[in-house]
Amino acid sequence: MDYTLLLDKAILVVIIFLVSLGIAAYATYGERKVAAFLQDRIGPDRAGPFGLLQPIADGVKMFLKEEIIPNASDKFLFIIGPCIFMMTALMTSAVIPWGKSFNFGGHEFSLQVADLNVGILYIFAVVSIGGYGIMIGGWASNNKFALLGALRASSQMISYELSMGMSIIALLLFNNSLNLRDIVDAQQHGQWNVFYQPLGFLIFLICAFAECNRAPFDLPESESELIGGYHTEFSSMKLGLFLFAEYINMFISSAIIASLYFGGYHFPGIDSLDLPQNIAAIVSVAVLFAKIIFFILFFMWVRWTLPRFRYDQLMRLGWMILIPLSIINVLITGAWMTFVK
Amino acid sequence: MQLTNRSKVVVKRELTFIEKLYLPAILQGLSITIKHLFRKSATVRYPEVKREIAPVYRGMHVLKRDEKGRENCTACGLCAVACPAEAITMEAAERKKGEEHLYREEKYAAKYEINMLRCIYCGLCEEACPKDAIYLTDRIVPSAYTRGNFVYGKDVLVEGVNPQERVDIGKRKKMYEMTGESTK
Repeated sequence: MDYTLLLDKAILVVIIFLVSLGIAAYATYGERKVAAFLQDRIGPDRAGPFGLLQPIADGVKMFLKEEIIPNASDKFLFIIGPCIFMMTALMTSAVIPWGKSFNFGGHEFSLQVADLNVGILYIFAVVSIGGYGIMIGGWASNNKFALLGALRASSQMISYELSMGMSIIALLLFNNSLNLRDIVDAQQHGQWNVFYQPLGFLIFLICAFAECNRAPFDLPESESELIGGYHTEFSSMKLGLFLFAEYINMFISSAIIASLYFGGYHFPGIDSLDLPQNIAAIVSVAVLFAKIIFFILFFMWVRWTLPRFRYDQLMRLGWMILIPLSIINVLITGAWMTFVK
Repeated sequence: MQLTNRSKVVVKRELTFIEKLYLPAILQGLSITIKHLFRKSATVRYPEVKREIAPVYRGMHVLKRDEKGRENCTACGLCAVACPAEAITMEAAERKKGEEHLYREEKYAAKYEINMLRCIYCGLCEEACPKDAIYLTDRIVPSAYTRGNFVYGKDVLVEGVNPQERVDIGKRKKMYEMTGESTK
């Protein structure tokens, strides 16, 4: 019994790992295509039909590039930085419920690696460690631009994690659970949390942009002023890990947004179709991925629309607007739950 | 003087509360970018599709032959003198007996080199040429790995003898006729 559980989880972990990498790889392609379309261009179209092999070409290029470790850098930290960043990016996927469970001849196959009862806390914990990846990488490079980027990253993450946590508190009050599967299942019939927590969703979305270091909050990278920020000194696949992890982060945070606010793998009306269990599971996964891809595209759309925030604007938005707003949101939700419901 | 009515007067004032939220402006920006998603792209897929080149375009040089396939150039050196970038060098030689089918006049350029990195494509060489020998064409100078590869000799510059190897300079000639610039 225990062995089948281990086997189940091992298979699922491998699948999620590969899917995350695949999605991240094609998100780089998608990013370039979206950027091109939004700027009246075509984008990569040389490698394969419509340039679909471009991510593979990029990957091969990354691996074959010369590996440069600066002399003055702290070698151990220099190597461990991108590893931490990548690892935490992948680890968050463990608690996300990817769909309804399959049933192979009486054997339940759950599409969630770990059904933690504190799933959201786990995600927050892991995401916070992700900040260390950037900080260590930037610090170990022994480069002023990298250090500046790392400083910006850490201060930005701390500032925006606060209001992100606050917006989640309101959601938890509303759902009475920290378990991701419970939160998703509570939205089964189209009563998505976004309709009850629009302000919380907005805050969470903005903070998700900031946590992913995506434009308009890409100050830690800021190619134009910091020459790439924390990954200035990185080359070859270590740079690849940093860039790649950013896209995995984007994928995971899209999955979390979809799960927390948009009903996860549920879509109103599908349950009433009475599909057989395995087909229903496939449909639920497809629904979740459609939502995820929508949010990834939204991330890109925003990136190619908005210019970067100035540092003081970033801090003002985080501390003086988002945190008060999220506190008000918590108060209102609390009052609603206490007196009305 | 106001040329268009597109200019907007910039007023430095405090933002209103709505503006401070950034959200209306962000939505406006998003709607602008999404409109571009459905526009026709401006890209020309270069090696397959080539843009039409303007008649006044000045690209890679050609050394012309006359209708019998003899080189026009007599190595007079006027092009080299006219060249503001000093990109042209040449060595003259005397035509020997039996070479009448190769060179039109008694003197010809044994060596003729243009340094394409020095050349500024001003077209003064073709204006200076009294023998109708050098023309700038609409061909694009290809890239190369070393500086040495950009010094073009006669093997690259002189057009072929066969009719299909001739380089068309009709556009250039017509341009000169229209502007009346040429002294030819």
